[in-house]
Amino acid sequence: MTNILVYALHHEGAINKNSLGAVSTAAKLAGELGGEAHAVFVGEDVSDETAGSIGSYGATKAFRVKAQAGVSQPVVDALDAVLDTGDYGYVIFGGGLLGFEAGAGLAARRGGGLGVEITGLKVADGKVVAERPILGDTQISDIAFEGLGVIAARLNAFEPVESGSPVTVEDVDVTFSDAAGKVEVVTRGEQRGADVNIEDASVLVTGGRGLGSAENFSVADGLAAAFGGTAAVAATRAAVDAGWFPYAGQIGQTGKTVAPKLYVGLGVSGAIQHKVGMQSADNIVAINKDGNAPIFEFADLGVVGDLHSIVPALAEAIKAKKG
Amino acid sequence: MTKIVVLVKEVPDAAVQKQVDSSTGRLDRSGEKTLNPFDTHAIEAALQLKESGALEVDEVVAITVGPSTAVKALHKAVSLGADRSIHLTDDGLVGSDVVGTGYALAELIKRENPGLVLAGQQSDDGQSYAVGAAVAEYLGWPGLTQVIKLDVDGQTITAERQAEYGYDTVKVTLPAVISVGDAINEPRYPSLKAIMGAKKKPLESLSLGDAGIDASKVGEAGRKAVWTGSQQPPAKAAGELIEDEDTAATVEKIVTWLDDRKLI
Repeated sequence: MTNILVYALHHEGAINKNSLGAVSTAAKLAGELGGEAHAVFVGEDVSDETAGSIGSYGATKAFRVKAQAGVSQPVVDALDAVLDTGDYGYVIFGGGLLGFEAGAGLAARRGGGLGVEITGLKVADGKVVAERPILGDTQISDIAFEGLGVIAARLNAFEPVESGSPVTVEDVDVTFSDAAGKVEVVTRGEQRGADVNIEDASVLVTGGRGLGSAENFSVADGLAAAFGGTAAVAATRAAVDAGWFPYAGQIGQTGKTVAPKLYVGLGVSGAIQHKVGMQSADNIVAINKDGNAPIFEFADLGVVGDLHSIVPALAEAIKAKKG
Repeated sequence: MTKIVVLVKEVPDAAVQKQVDSSTGRLDRSGEKTLNPFDTHAIEAALQLKESGALEVDEVVAITVGPSTAVKALHKAVSLGADRSIHLTDDGLVGSDVVGTGYALAELIKRENPGLVLAGQQSDDGQSYAVGAAVAEYLGWPGLTQVIKLDVDGQTITAERQAEYGYDTVKVTLPAVISVGDAINEPRYPSLKAIMGAKKKPLESLSLGDAGIDASKVGEAGRKAVWTGSQQPPAKAAGELIEDEDTAATVEKIVTWLDDRKLI
């Protein structure tokens, strides 16, 4: 019997969708291994209702550890303690920064194997095998584990599936490591900049580092205006971290996941962290002067050229076309 | 006074077409190499802490684990401003996974006993984002990754980063392992003089035995995440590509493409 443990990320009473996806996937795999999927919550104020609700996504046990949320050290200590209580072969983290951090820490602590950016999991010969895309997603490596297998999934890799019903929450007492006592979350989830809505737009004009400045977002505004309707402007993490655009309008790993009818990237390189948040767009257009940019590997229409001359002219041409 | 250790890595140059050895699943690391671009931000962060006096730093030490060619990455690191460098190189390291590499780096760091370890948030080739966190665990120190702002006050670092729900601000007590994102700073360019002088700065080359590293925990021997095969992702139809030579013609092609798909 091999059980699978899942770290359940949560914020303001809601379980992260990626954690729900990880639990559903774990439940399916555990079924094939003849075991169960269990979930671990770490936080100061996790309610019975929140933690118990993970049973509705396939977990048969929910463990709760009281500690500050938002950093990896208490998570490693919590999972380490729960692993000692049962027969666990694997730990899965849904997509997210903490998954990479706590996953690496836990694999090091337990002498296990670590798989990151995992997009698929399957059972072969009674063991879980993880699929890891490499080289700009042009190839997928299969990774097996010796000892504990620690799996940090890519964002949006696993979809939540409702099955089962709420479970009783078990509190676990954990002796925390010194390192956990040396980390303090001051603020969590701060929203910087205006509250913009990019998730309901049918056309998203996205500005990246190649736009060059906050002022140059007017180029993106002009193109979005030309499309009209529910077109909106969004940004990459690089542009947001540079202070050019509000965080609420950021696409990618630490931002929003979007699926517009049309995505237009302006000076967007197309790093994996961005791609995971927009690859479901129906049509992807990229304008970038760097012909080696990864976005050209997955764009439906790629334009290698200077966006500053092309985009204003394109906006005019679209307006003319619409009449 | 304290010391900062910066973890660096040699990666294939961005312009090199990367490939995987189909018999081992390992990245073919032949071809032109360079210092991992993310690591230049870690070196810059170390230099800024040293120069501003925010931390009383007497030395910045660059450390790498890798084949003989990785010396070039160390030369680059010292040309950017590191004072000296350490190269762990040994046939027994070939095939190390992220956790094994983290263990080896932690052992090297223990020899130096720094007040702060800085790293780039990811390597340009493996892209695991994980080695910093593994190193922190082996050292028993707090660790944070993807940090884009660092303020030091005595023995406390206040760090900012983007996490799952927005910007987080976290305080950690030194010593700590901090992996920085590329938004943290704009790395300087090395001067010609610094490039020429890089080979004269101390470079210590160590084997596993020299460094007292348990060979059973690294390389093939210590590998716990094992490559078992490769597959091709589902084929996606190749996109169209326009090389812009004439703006009017380019715009017309884009409009036609959009119009054909009823996107205007």
